[in-house]
Amino acid sequence: MDDADKVFKALADASRRKLLDSLYGNSGQTLTELCEHLDMTRQAVSQHLAVLEAANLVSTVRRGREKLHYLNPVPIHGIFGRWVKKFERQRLDALRDLKKKLEGDRDERR
Amino acid sequence: MKDGKFVYVTYIASTPEKVWDALLNSEITKKYWERENVSDWKPGSSWKHQRYDEARTVDLVGKVLESQPPKRLVLTWAFAADAANPAKHTRVTFDIESIDEMVRLTVTHDELESGSEMERGITSGWPRVLSSLKTLMETGKPLRTWAKAKNA
Repeated sequence: MDDADKVFKALADASRRKLLDSLYGNSGQTLTELCEHLDMTRQAVSQHLAVLEAANLVSTVRRGREKLHYLNPVPIHGIFGRWVKKFERQRLDALRDLKKKLEGDRDERR
Repeated sequence: MKDGKFVYVTYIASTPEKVWDALLNSEITKKYWERENVSDWKPGSSWKHQRYDEARTVDLVGKVLESQPPKRLVLTWAFAADAANPAKHTRVTFDIESIDEMVRLTVTHDELESGSEMERGITSGWPRVLSSLKTLMETGKPLRTWAKAKNA
């Protein structure tokens, strides 16, 4: 599997996207901390994290016996840059802002 | 509280020597960062991050804390306006490891104040800079790193 395949496969799962949302809100969490806010077993969270780490969407740092998990958006930026051209970027930002404004406080993630 | 920390990782099909050079050599940083990093890179020396414009505007300044080519570089990192205010200084560590035929470049940016302008800047900046660096080293062509910022 090439790197882009790994990223898309990792993102094609709602639980894994939820884990990334949690790290986006608060980067540098332990497995225990991540489990606290999610309705998943510790084992499931641990397996999902392994997939995200293999896709380089999560980076980890050891602190004593703990492992801290950080969101690593670098591969997502690479995918974005592959198809979005220089002049499209600001139009896409404007469209996203318009959608957000029209839809109010609805969850952006949908 | 300066406990904000971000860890960015990119795998690059290259060698540690070339990645080290790509971070510090202004001919290369010009292509993917559009800025120049200037220093003699000795521990204790100062460094600055400046534009290629006519005024040679300096955006960032700091000190070299540790320098072990081609493996590890640790810098303090502050806006030029905050040069004299140590409370506003953050820290950036570049770790370069050889893994099989690749290099793992880890950029750790810490001692960040939560919600600060620096935090906002670096969280959109590092993913752009690092994915552009990877693309440049693997294909010879950079991404448009600051596409939106320049045209906004």
